[in-house]
Amino acid sequence: MSDLEKFRAETAAWLEANCPPEMREPMTGEDDAVWGGRNATFKPGQKEWLDVMAAKGWTVPDWPKEYGGGGLSRAETKILGQEMARLKCRSPLSSFGIWMLGPALLHFGTEAQKKHFLPPIARGEIRWCQGYSEPGSGSDLASLQTSAVDKGDHFLINGQKIWTSYADKADWIFCLTRTDKNEKHKGISFMLFDMASEGVTTKPIVLISGQSAFCETFFDDVKVPKEYGEGVSSVVYEVNKGWDVAKYLLGHERSMISGGGSEGATSLGAKFADQVGRDEMGRLDDPMLRAQMAEMDIEVLAFRAMAERFGDTFKAGLCHPAQPNMMKYAGTEINKRRHELIMAAGGSEVLEWESDASNGGMTARSWLRTKANSIEGGTSEVMLNVISKQILRLPGA
Amino acid sequence: MPLYLNEDQQMLHDSAAEFMKGEAPVSHLREFRDKQCKDGFSHALWKQFAEMGFTGILIGEDEGGLGLGHVEAGTVLEEIGRNLTPSPFLTTAVAGVEALNAGGKALRDQYFPGILAGETVLGLAIDEGAKHRPDQIGMAATREGNGFKLDGKKQFVVQGGSADMLIVAARTSGKAGDDKGLTLFAVDANAAGVSRDSARLVDSAMAAHVQFDGVTVDADAVIGEVDDGDTVLRRLLNAGRAGAAAETLGVGAGSMDITVDYIKGRKQFGELIGSFQALQHRMAHLYSEMEIARAAVLKAQQMLDEGSSRAELMVSVAKAKAGRATALSVKEGVQMHGGVGMTDEYDIGLYMKRDRALQEFMGDANYHTNLVAEMHGY
Ligand SMILES: Cc1cc2nc3c(=O)[nH]c(=O)nc-3n(C[C@H](O)[C@H](O)[C@H](O)COP(=O)(O)OP(=O)(O)OC[C@H]3O[C@@H](n4cnc5c(N)ncnc54)[C@H](O)[C@@H]3O)c2cc1C
Ligand SMILES: Cc1cc2nc3c(=O)[nH]c(=O)nc-3n(C[C@H](O)[C@H](O)[C@H](O)COP(=O)(O)OP(=O)(O)OC[C@H]3O[C@@H](n4cnc5c(N)ncnc54)[C@H](O)[C@@H]3O)c2cc1C
Repeated sequence: MSDLEKFRAETAAWLEANCPPEMREPMTGEDDAVWGGRNATFKPGQKEWLDVMAAKGWTVPDWPKEYGGGGLSRAETKILGQEMARLKCRSPLSSFGIWMLGPALLHFGTEAQKKHFLPPIARGEIRWCQGYSEPGSGSDLASLQTSAVDKGDHFLINGQKIWTSYADKADWIFCLTRTDKNEKHKGISFMLFDMASEGVTTKPIVLISGQSAFCETFFDDVKVPKEYGEGVSSVVYEVNKGWDVAKYLLGHERSMISGGGSEGATSLGAKFADQVGRDEMGRLDDPMLRAQMAEMDIEVLAFRAMAERFGDTFKAGLCHPAQPNMMKYAGTEINKRRHELIMAAGGSEVLEWESDASNGGMTARSWLRTKANSIEGGTSEVMLNVISKQILRLPGA
Repeated sequence: MPLYLNEDQQMLHDSAAEFMKGEAPVSHLREFRDKQCKDGFSHALWKQFAEMGFTGILIGEDEGGLGLGHVEAGTVLEEIGRNLTPSPFLTTAVAGVEALNAGGKALRDQYFPGILAGETVLGLAIDEGAKHRPDQIGMAATREGNGFKLDGKKQFVVQGGSADMLIVAARTSGKAGDDKGLTLFAVDANAAGVSRDSARLVDSAMAAHVQFDGVTVDADAVIGEVDDGDTVLRRLLNAGRAGAAAETLGVGAGSMDITVDYIKGRKQFGELIGSFQALQHRMAHLYSEMEIARAAVLKAQQMLDEGSSRAELMVSVAKAKAGRATALSVKEGVQMHGGVGMTDEYDIGLYMKRDRALQEFMGDANYHTNLVAEMHGY
């Protein structure tokens, strides 16, 4: 048996033994995910699963061990993912700390910052939110206005953010601020601070899905210390160089959001054929829907191959730096189409918005939620602009 | 196995790219079309393919080949596609060799030396109607003496007119639509009773209608087992479909590249047309479709090489996805070239024609989409 085959066998056995049965059932909705944090609440099985996975470093399998990771190679990380998918193990932790901040800290952070911030992220102890967008600065993010003024031992922050996902539930924020008014891109800083700081308030925004995971966030003379201990600066990288961090982080955010396209590799038709009905040949008895679902199966399987290839080439340093934009674009557009088909397959039953049978209108709410996939983290149009200019080198940059 | 080419595969790819671009770029296709070449491809070039080792990629090392796999064959096919190089590579060295690999040693000894030398050309006599329907094969092979007698018609036998041997799928039992009862035969293309009628296709390749009138073959001509031709046919089809997907991908990538170049240089309204967002967004969308198709094709090839049980599913995904992405590439290509895209002088139209032919070869995107639904049980 090769080392990798051995790793696969051991991993499968370990997952089988340690993943609680509840964590192998499909999630019932967005609120069924574990986000951790200071005020986390857990459903049965969730805490145990998080703890055993974190103890192995498998909430972040490919991070170095000294920062709470599993220290796995690319091939091993892939195998862990495959075995978790095969055994239907849920992800132990959903976290902007893992998807976005962590990779940025690994790349730009000082040793002291990494030691201070990364292990709690891996264990799900601090819940993070992302303070990027402002009412006047969405796609044109670098036009942001929230100001941070140097006051010697601290920065004084004033301004407003919008669309801050889970700001009302988050413990800390990674926030873009303006530290130089005379420069656009070169006057932005990337800061980390506690949402419990005096002067921070949040106000939820209700989405078309009826849910409100998003907030307006206000900063009113918020004092952010320059250091959280020896060498642990609140600013990542350098003052006025936050745009580099922001862009790097967006790369990770985009790859993460793109994962939606490969969500549930299960064939749509296989899942819905019985529900919609079958003809005497055993085929899904709505030929147009059947064709669309089979096309979606192809899109999803092809995109999964793309995601695998992207991961492999990314790790090996072989992919174009703007490739995450393509992944984000393609993955989110596929995911939206997938949910359109799920609605079509469900017919009138999934129109129920508030009923026990519909689990509180989960299917319809999820469908509406996916519409934000091609907006959040940068819109599809902006992704296409980036591809045109940075990959295809079309004129007019 | 990571989902990108390893060093050796990349080297093979680079040498195939250099070879096609140097020896058989699009102007080569034009030359053979314009002189109304009856074969539609250059025999001298086919010999050069052999000298490069390409024709032996799927032939075992102990039989004089390179003993490589579908990923490697695919790297050559992609460059064939990108340069619209006319050759019998896909039918002979990929699908044909793969069928013979599933057959007996005697047949391999008979045909592999010629293939390795770039002298032998194989034709695939599978389709009987205008659309690819291998499950509907009805051509009859009846037992006679020590062998069989073949009667019936085949069409879309690409390069069938120049073929030395035809791989013929026929029924030794059962009827069209049955799972079992197919047998594959290696038939000398010049045998008594075989008549071939070649036509030039839209992409200027030649394809034959082949008529079999009481053609007798002996038992040695059977590839694999009698009545169990399905096993061999599957191998042939998987190799041919994955290969066609790779060639299609090359066509789409080539067509995208020349279009990007064109819109970077053409000015209208005082601007380079490539600076218009209406074109940029469509081009960026096309780029992303091509990338996804590329990943799907490579995944299918790797799975075939690994002998994965899901390889067949992924081959259909690859053929369909590469087909749809490339169809988009050539359509956008002609449109973005504007008026000159309609002229014979510009190459973009040649890409559109090759794509159309490849779409039909071994099943179009709709055919494979339906297969995917069937394989998923709905
Ligand atoms: C559900 C959700 C969650 C979010 N979570 C967060 C979060 O946690 N933290 C955070 O900071 N932000 C978050 N965002 C904000 C998100 O990043 C912005 O909404 C996004 O960047 C788009 O900005 P905008 O809404 O201002 O739209 P605008 O920039 O006003 O765009 C409006 C339309 O114009 C198009 N457009 C704009 N510029 C161009 C151009 N140059 N070329 C072509 N078309 C263009 C856009 O594509 C879009 O279709 C979230 C948004 C949503 C919907
Ligand atoms: C078969 C045929 C018959 C014809 N017959 C005649 C005839 O009888 N008489 C005659 O005078 N002409 C004729 N034409 C010419 C025809 O009118 C032009 O081809 C057409 O106007 C397009 O111009 P173009 O070919 O220069 O393309 P271009 O203007 O170079 O356009 C190339 C591409 O760029 C796009 N593009 C250009 N500008 C923009 C923009 N601002 N924004 C976004 N996209 C843009 C175009 O849509 C196109 O996709 C004929 C053309 C053909 C193909």
